[in-house]
Order: sequence, then structure tokens, then C-alpha cells
Amino acid sequence: MRHKTFFWFFLPTGLAMLLFIALPIVSVVIQSIYAPHPAVLVEVENCTPLVGCTTETTIDQDATAALRAEKPLGRFVGLDIYFDRGHLAIREVREIWANTASWGDMFDAFGNLPFYRAMAFTLTFVAIVTPLTIILGLVIALAINSLHRHLKGLMIFFSLLPMIVTPLIGSLILFWMIDSRGVIGTALVSMAGDPDFSLKASTGLMWVSLIVYGVWHAAPFAFVVFYAGLQTLPSDQIEAAQIDGATRWQQVKYVVVPHLMPLVTFVALIQLMDNFKVFEPIVGFNASAHAQSLSSFIYNDLGGETRQLSSASATSVITIIGVAILLSPVLVRTWRDFKGAR
Amino acid sequence: MASRAQRMPAGLRIASSTFVILWFILAAFPFIWTVWGSFKVELDFFSINDWTNAITGERTEAVYGSTFTTTGYAGAWIQEEFWRNVLNTGIVCFFVVTISLTIGTLGGYALSRSSYNYTFWLLITALIFRAMPPITLVAGYLLPFFEWNLWGILPTTIIVLVAINQPFTLWMLHSFFKNIPNELDESAKVDGCNQFQAFRRVIIPVMWPGVITTGLFSFLLAYNDFAVGVMLLSESNRTMVPAIAAFLGTTQTEGNVMFAVAAVVSATVPLFILVMFFQRQIVSGLTAGAVKG
Repeated sequence: MRHKTFFWFFLPTGLAMLLFIALPIVSVVIQSIYAPHPAVLVEVENCTPLVGCTTETTIDQDATAALRAEKPLGRFVGLDIYFDRGHLAIREVREIWANTASWGDMFDAFGNLPFYRAMAFTLTFVAIVTPLTIILGLVIALAINSLHRHLKGLMIFFSLLPMIVTPLIGSLILFWMIDSRGVIGTALVSMAGDPDFSLKASTGLMWVSLIVYGVWHAAPFAFVVFYAGLQTLPSDQIEAAQIDGATRWQQVKYVVVPHLMPLVTFVALIQLMDNFKVFEPIVGFNASAHAQSLSSFIYNDLGGETRQLSSASATSVITIIGVAILLSPVLVRTWRDFKGAR
Repeated sequence: MASRAQRMPAGLRIASSTFVILWFILAAFPFIWTVWGSFKVELDFFSINDWTNAITGERTEAVYGSTFTTTGYAGAWIQEEFWRNVLNTGIVCFFVVTISLTIGTLGGYALSRSSYNYTFWLLITALIFRAMPPITLVAGYLLPFFEWNLWGILPTTIIVLVAINQPFTLWMLHSFFKNIPNELDESAKVDGCNQFQAFRRVIIPVMWPGVITTGLFSFLLAYNDFAVGVMLLSESNRTMVPAIAAFLGTTQTEGNVMFAVAAVVSATVPLFILVMFFQRQIVSGLTAGAVKG
């Protein structure tokens, strides 16, 4: 296709992405190096007879509003927001590094810094949910593939539900069940033998619940991909393995899994991207006291009465850099494929 | 398939069936439970004393004289005016899917028929855009949208969702168009068509399976969106998902939690129907990217 023709075909979609993805990134970067104006303060001297004079400091509302209207971006602060306590917390990290003796103490100290807590949860979520999803998806695919033909369609229908359902709605449905008055919550209370037992009270259990939700939500995707892969499994390879006396486990290990390996890479890549975005379950589970992800961290900054645009922007920029780092191995590989395909 | 050697030993078959049943319960039970419970009062659905109340509906019978009640639905749809949110979601989904497919088809076709280096870089940029959490962009939208008075209205959200949709749409349609042989449009061009005529007369008639599948996923993205809607829509223009989140925040008094439960069930029903009718397309869409590598 000629350059000019390509340009006209690509223009509408390119323009949409340029205006509403690329420019907002630029806008986020700019906002992250500006901070809101501080309120303009005026000192007023109050003199009363007998008592004497006191000076009071009050906010000059008009001047503050005028300043904010004149320069809505705020004042330039460079990288200060990135380094403050709410984000990378350079000063605190240096103190922790210098003052703590053991790894455990250091871990606790990092846990008090909100940004590092969000980062820790996001990475833990990615690192645990991705492999569990792949394993569970593979097992479901193998089990359903051995079912009778008529049952397969029905099982695929029900298996798709956890994935297709809106993430916020899916997490609410699970959350209402694990609520201490919900059906699973009640069961857990009677199992624990403690009437005050609640998943919502403990950080660890909240993390576990979120991870369970993550696997529940994502396993159907892995299942469908692996199931489709199983349909293309050449039967002569399985037969050859049987003739050579391979047990069923050996057949799975040496024939089925190698056949599905490209799909495992694919699922792992998609899961890596999607789990890094984890956001809705934290809102649905009302878990922000125990767990924050990078996305919900931004959401908290943006929501509420005071929209903290600068703080949210700084977190956004760090998140986007994280995405790029996460994807870099894939980019290199895609480049090689592309070069090879031409 | 049923050769003797391939038949499973009894033990393995039992284990496999048990696992399938377990997974079935895990996947379907939460939905069945919530649909059933949405017709009960709060004290039944969240029963402290006896969990079987949620099944038998004891309290519901005591209050309404029947074990089923639609007060949750009436409260959500009429009192809280959930129908407005449903309408908004309908509008948003319709326009997002239409616009997104129109411009995505053109772009995806162009990408599949070009092999210059910039094609690769455009695809890679799209991949990075797809991997970014949508909420990272929202901070960038707010200030300009406030300044230009674009905040809070549906068209803004539609355009933003279309843009966020594009990277995925492009990748998916790119791989679908790659499967349509290049010779098809080449021969049309030999017959005197220019590129656009070749696209219109030769490619459009054969592209529908791919476009419908991509459209399904565009629909799901627009329907499931929470991050963009909750930040960019004013209270009166909210779509369903942000509205449900708002229910949770504002209605903690008795009975109103059931409004949220009813709203959740209402919002899940269209998805059920979608999966029922388009199961094959969804499955093929999920695997399309995978088979192509």
C-alpha cells in the first residue's frame, strides 16, 4: 500500500488515538511537574483596647481564586511531586536504608509509604494471579475436553460468565457472598469458630480474597484459549506417545503442554497487561484500607472533593513507565517476528 | 476417539468429573445465588442468624406475604431511576461500537496491507496504549475538559471510550484482515479499482465475521467501563456501572443495599444473553489473537 493511501485510511483512528491517548499522556506529564497554588495568606492586625494587638493570618479568598484562574496549571515544581512522601519518598527511603537493621523492619517501614504499598500489591497480584490463571485454565481445558460433546457447549457457556461479567459487578457479587453476613462469610465464621471473624478485617485475608477474585475472573480466558489449542492437537502425536508406552501424565507433559506452549506465552502476556491494571475489585471489595493498586491509588487522588491532579498525574506517569518496562521483552520479540515475517 | 487405549481409567475419570463439577459451581453458583437473593429482603440475603433464610426467604414472607419480592427492582429502577443509567449505557455502547468499528476497520485494513517500518511502530504503540490502565489517562482529560466545558456529557465519554478502544480493535482487525488473502484486493486493483474501491467492493463483503467479533469486544469494553465513566460523567449522565458504585456509597440504610443487588442483576442480564447468542464468536475472538501468535 502506498504511503499516501495508508495515511488516509489510518487518519481517523490515528487522530482518535493521538488526541485522546497521546496528548493526554503529554498533559499528564506536564501536570505532574506543576503543583496547585498555595492559598494566598494575609496578615490582619486586630487591636482591641485593654487586650492589645494580635495578628491573625487568614486566607485571602479573592486573591487565591484570581491566582488559580490566571494559571490553572499551578506553579512549576519540577520533580518535587515524584519525590514527595506520597510517591517515591526519596528522603524517607534514604532514612529507612540508613536506619533499619533487618530486612523485616525495612519491609514494615516501606509498608508505611502509600506508593510503595500500592506498588507492592500490584506486583504481588500480577506475580500470583498470572501463573495460577494459566494452571487453572489448563486444568479446566483438559477436564472439559474429556467431557461428552453435549456437555461441552453448556460448560463453555457457564465458564465464560466470570470473565464476561463487568469486573465491578463480578467483584460485588463475590463480595456480598464473603461479607460476614453472606453465605460464604457465614460458613467461614462457623469454620473459624470465632463469631467476629471477618475477611474484611485483615489485610492478609483481603489480599487473598482479591487474588481469588482475580483468578476467578481470568481463568475462563486461559481456559478458552487452551481449549481451542487442544482442538488442534494432532492425534497422531498422542497415538505415537501411547504406542511408546507413555502414561497419561507423560502424554500431557511431553505432548500436550509443548503443543500449547505458544498459547501459554500469549495468555501470560495478556494476563500480565490486564493484571497490572487491577482496579475494579478494590473498589468493589471496598478494600482500599487494606490494599491499593496503582490504578486505585490514582482513582483515590482524583475522586472526592479535592481533585489532586498533580499527585494523580505523577502516579500515572510512573505507572506508564512501569507498563513500558513490563512490555519491553515483548516489544523486542515482536520486532524480531516482524523482521522475520517480511 | 473412543479407542480403548484412549479411554480414561475410572479413577481419573472420577477426578476429572469432580473437578468439572467443582469448577461449574465456582463459575455459576455466585450468579445463581445473587439472582435468587435479589428477590429477597436484605435480612434474608444477608442473614446473620441462619444462612438458609436466603434460600427460603423467611423474612421476606413475614414482610410481604410471599417468599419473593420485587421491591429491590422497583426501588432501583423507579425510586433511584436506574432506567436513566440503563438508557445512557445503551447510548454509549451503540455509538462506541459504531464509531470504533468504522474507523478501526479502515485503520486495521491499512495496517494489514502495509509492511513498512512505521506499520510495526504503530502496532507497537497501540500495544503499549492497550496495556496502560485507562485511569492513568483520566488525570490528563480532566483539566482540559473542565476548561472547555466538555466535562460530564455523554459525547465526551463516547469519544474517549472510542479512542481507548482503538488499540485493541486495530490489533484484532489487523489479524483478521491478514487472513484475507492479499491477492483478492490485488486482482481488484488490476481490474482498475483504486485501493478504496478495492476495499469497498472486495473486502467489505467478506469481512463481517471478523468485524462482528471485534464489535462484541468493543461492546464489552464500553459496557464494562468503570474508570472513565465514573470520572468523566456528571451525576445525571451516569452509565450503569458508575451508578451501581454510587448506590453503594450513598445507600447504606436498610433495604437500599437490595437496590444495588437488583441493579447488579439487571446489569448482568444483557451479558448473559450476549454470551448465549454469541458464544461461538466470543470464543473465536479470544483465540484469534492467540492462533496468529
